[in-house]
Amino acid sequence: MYAQMVKSEATNDDPEKLAEFQAKIDADIKIEPKDWMPQGYRKTLIRQIGQHAHSEIVGQLPEGNWITRAPTLERKAILLAKVQDEAGHGLYLYCAAETLGVSRDELTEMLLDGRMKYSSIFNYPTLNWADIGAVGWLVDGAAIMNQVPLQRTSYGPYSRAMIRICKEESFHQRQGYDAIRKMAEGKPQQKKMAQDALNRFWYPSLMMFGPSDKDSVHSTQSMAWKIKMNTNDELRQKFVDQTVPQAEFLGLTVPDPDLKWNEERGHYDFSEPDWSEFFDVIKGNGPCNTDRLAVRNKAWDDGQWVRDGLLAHAKKKRAGQVAAE
Amino acid sequence: MKNEWPLWEIFIRGQHGMSHRHVGSLHAPDAEMAIKNARDVYTRRNEGVSIWVVEANNISASSPSDKGPLYEPSESKVYRHPTFFDIPEEVGAM
Repeated sequence: MYAQMVKSEATNDDPEKLAEFQAKIDADIKIEPKDWMPQGYRKTLIRQIGQHAHSEIVGQLPEGNWITRAPTLERKAILLAKVQDEAGHGLYLYCAAETLGVSRDELTEMLLDGRMKYSSIFNYPTLNWADIGAVGWLVDGAAIMNQVPLQRTSYGPYSRAMIRICKEESFHQRQGYDAIRKMAEGKPQQKKMAQDALNRFWYPSLMMFGPSDKDSVHSTQSMAWKIKMNTNDELRQKFVDQTVPQAEFLGLTVPDPDLKWNEERGHYDFSEPDWSEFFDVIKGNGPCNTDRLAVRNKAWDDGQWVRDGLLAHAKKKRAGQVAAE
Repeated sequence: MKNEWPLWEIFIRGQHGMSHRHVGSLHAPDAEMAIKNARDVYTRRNEGVSIWVVEANNISASSPSDKGPLYEPSESKVYRHPTFFDIPEEVGAM
């Protein structure tokens, strides 16, 4: 997902307070920033929300790549709006993380020096216009699977951020499907491009949910705290079940020879992605890891004088006001 | 933290006639920029007709541990609600 393999932190708190806290969570009472919370809950959430925020920000890069080359002015305006939304989503999430006591600069620095991760999916390139359709359809489609249940997460600011995000996310997926449908229904070469995009993005999209975590202690803890609402396998299955008919409608073939409807389970059977590739990408060896971080670092460094300048101006103006009073 | 822009809490009036409601926060060097940024971050889809920005460190908040003393007294005062009083049917709507 946008936050993958988030390790939960051990908690070393007063058992009585812990029990009280868990009772609140079990009763679906939201935890707010000033409420008491276990250290582990706080730390795990900072890691998870931070990773989610970083994913939104880095996620602008593969799509931003095509803004100037969109095929029509309308597609360009749509893509621009979508990429602007991603920036907004990053900002909502950073603010939610900051309520837990981490500063924005700390979060940014941890992204830039690699201490914090972003989703593996954004380390894949967008090679042509069909990829932009595939990203909206598949990548945002996979993200929605996770984000919709997270609207009910136990931490108030996170939940409120997710509610805003989900309102906008449906536009992202639909514009992607609309873009790839145009190609799938176009000339044979265009349909071929759409198929090629699906071929390349299918397994990386399945990887977004992370490896199976049905036996993971981290996931069990996070689910008890309601900062993770479903297992990775549940969400992945839901995504496959939803997406396969959408691909069929387009006349495109999901690149999995073992994909078939399982009447008994009421779900599709499908092949697992290559998890060694996933771990390799997470480690920094994906096609675009170096480039993505280099671009973010450059943007941060190049923006330094703007941040400093505006702050200096604000201070000067304030000093002037005080003097005039 | 050295040179971080201060945090601002953002309040938006969704439509005319409604109160401003807290929608989230953002960083900005001053109030003017906070309003500009709030417009981009929180009103991309006609969500507002007016924006208030307040620097976060100017907000004082009640403490969660005061919940009992602050709000419990009103729980026992059911007579503050109109439904506490029975009005005979013959009197009509009141």
